[in-house]
Amino acid sequence: MSSMHLYLTIILAPLVSSTLVGLFGCALGKKLSQLLCILGVLISTVCSVVVLNQVLSNGLYFDGPLYTWLTVGNQTYSVGVLIDSLTATMLTVVTSVSLMVHIYTIGYMAGEDGYTRFFSYISLFTFMMIMLVMSNNFIQLFFGWEGVGLVSYLLIGFYFKRESAIFANLKAFLINRIGDLGFLLGIGLVLAYFGTLNYAEVFAKLNEITGQTFLGTGWSVITVICLLLFVGAMGKSAQFPLHVWLPDSMEGPTPISALIHAATMVTAGIFMVARLSPMYDLSETALSFIAIVGAINALFLGLLGLIQNDIKRVVAYSTLSQLGYMAVALGCGAYSVGIFHLMTHAFFKALLFLAAGSVIVGMHHEQDMRKMGGLWKYMPITYLVTIVGNLALAGIPPFAGFFSKDMILEAAENAHHHGLFGSSFVVFCVYAAVFVTACYSFRQLFMTFHGEERFRHSHNDHHGHDDHGHHGPVEPHESPWVITVPLVLLAIPSVIIGWVAFSKFVPGDFYQNVIFNAEFFKEFTGEAMAKGELSPIAMMIHSLSSPPVYLALSGIIAAYVAHKSPAFVAAIKAIFKPVIYVMERKYFMDDLFINLLAPLGRGIGKVLWSIGDVLLIDGLIVNGSARVIGVFSKIFRRAQTGYVNSYATFMVLGILILLTFCTGLILH
Amino acid sequence: MIGMNHYLILSAILFAISVMGIFLNRKNIIVVLLSIELMLLAVNFNFVTFSSFLHNVAGQIFVFFTLTVAAAESAIGLAILIILFRNLRSINVRDMDQLKG
Repeated sequence: MSSMHLYLTIILAPLVSSTLVGLFGCALGKKLSQLLCILGVLISTVCSVVVLNQVLSNGLYFDGPLYTWLTVGNQTYSVGVLIDSLTATMLTVVTSVSLMVHIYTIGYMAGEDGYTRFFSYISLFTFMMIMLVMSNNFIQLFFGWEGVGLVSYLLIGFYFKRESAIFANLKAFLINRIGDLGFLLGIGLVLAYFGTLNYAEVFAKLNEITGQTFLGTGWSVITVICLLLFVGAMGKSAQFPLHVWLPDSMEGPTPISALIHAATMVTAGIFMVARLSPMYDLSETALSFIAIVGAINALFLGLLGLIQNDIKRVVAYSTLSQLGYMAVALGCGAYSVGIFHLMTHAFFKALLFLAAGSVIVGMHHEQDMRKMGGLWKYMPITYLVTIVGNLALAGIPPFAGFFSKDMILEAAENAHHHGLFGSSFVVFCVYAAVFVTACYSFRQLFMTFHGEERFRHSHNDHHGHDDHGHHGPVEPHESPWVITVPLVLLAIPSVIIGWVAFSKFVPGDFYQNVIFNAEFFKEFTGEAMAKGELSPIAMMIHSLSSPPVYLALSGIIAAYVAHKSPAFVAAIKAIFKPVIYVMERKYFMDDLFINLLAPLGRGIGKVLWSIGDVLLIDGLIVNGSARVIGVFSKIFRRAQTGYVNSYATFMVLGILILLTFCTGLILH
Repeated sequence: MIGMNHYLILSAILFAISVMGIFLNRKNIIVVLLSIELMLLAVNFNFVTFSSFLHNVAGQIFVFFTLTVAAAESAIGLAILIILFRNLRSINVRDMDQLKG
């Protein structure tokens, strides 16, 4: 029973601290609030590491209910816990990144309004994410899913007096509703066909359902369910075309951009697909759909990162691109590789975001890279960790991102050999995206940390007021230790985690019976293992004779050339003018949603409202029945004279009639 | 010889008169009160009749109670009537039609 207490502690510690700080934050004060929240997450982190250790050492597996939540007929819905290698990995990633972000927040949010509110939110987020990860059924997954969405909404709109923030959080919320509708329909179908929402029971019944088709159509039930569930993942994990909310979510404070919109929440969709891998594996249609969507994300949204000037937006688009990579891995049947990239990405992307935040703090809340430059000598620690993060992101060996990304490329090629639909497009996209990724990440690095110190003469056209009341040129400074320590702590896994965890994720059987990689991927890894190609060292040696690393290096060189000669950039821009225009409008996706789909939705709503609600329900049913009653009562009210004696008369007459009638009945 | 039926018929006539008093009266609310009293007396008359003919004294004892209650009731009725008069300046039944919808 003690292990049960351990799991409960992981779940409840952040909830307790969040509730305490949320309700009594003002009374507790800043110091105590931050201490409580960090303590809550620290407890969770320690317990998660303990669980991970148990899973690693003796293959701990636990699947059981905590308590029964609801019983409807024969259906029992319980809040349960599923502990296996996947859960343990995710728990450790979520809690440790969350812990880093908590510490970082002390420095980043110092002196901001709503300091305790912020802490309460991120602790609540940690709780919701843990619920999502640890659940053993769809209902609880959905609870966590919506919970993290709620906190994301609250935090994007953290500066709720800023109009753009309110717009962004509403956008995120509405776009996620589209995804969640699909997700909910998927869960409904699971319940309808499987009769249960427990993962293990659903997986046990997969064989019965495999052959069935959906409601007389020719579609396989499994495919429909998988696609609907993936629509939910598209909303949450910002896959094309439901990605439009993620760049705008950068309106929130940087710590949550790192925690929620890069490292953890947006990977929930990837986690969900990996968790349901036995089901997805039965539908090649769903897999190829996932791979194609992911490939679009990886390349085309990555391209947008090249033309951004806001330091956070570059990282946001790179997140979209990397999420695309994860989806490609899933679509190619290499679920464990997707999770591998999820983990390495969580560390280096949180690192990059927090480093960007550190730059923003150092520049006194300036986010425009055109007003930075030459910062490396002012912020050496931030500079170094950004290089580490970018190398990991670009996939240069031996940094973490190299291993996971290289495996995704291998998986994509393997899927191409296998003949997955659309896989040639996927392979092209993921290879091209390697170049693009390196290019935009190092463009950001060069623009921010190298070159001319543009902030010295940019204060004149500084739009808006300076928060810190500076009137001369801003003097950048290195951030306090509460910011740099988490950066360094995140930089360490960004370097080594790929190497360390490689054997667990790719060939090893750490995820045996938890994640079921596609057969064709298993054959591939099996062969590669036999040839000894699947070890970190072999992969690094192999990388020297294969294109991805050279693509990444040429991306870095391209970024450097563009940095050194603006004329070159201008020339390219002139050649590709229409393309650049399309990219600046973000492929018209925002216009599509705001000018076409939203008015369309509003139009349909208006028609339904004016015909259905006003005319039929209000006019015919509600007011109509009232009017009918009114007409009748106008007639009947004449009988009501108001004289008591006439009422008495009617009463007596009535009694007489009744008596007569009853007497007649009795006598007969 | 006067039998039980005669008494009962008398009582019924009294009751009918009082009911008609309530029904037909459109002028004076005091008449309504008087009619109610008469109605009670008619019922009491039944009690006494049965008590006498059936040789059971309980009926007559019951009449005492009824009369006491009736006296209290008419006192309250008159009190209400006085308040009513103060407010309406009239005891005409026609003026008391505020129950009308």
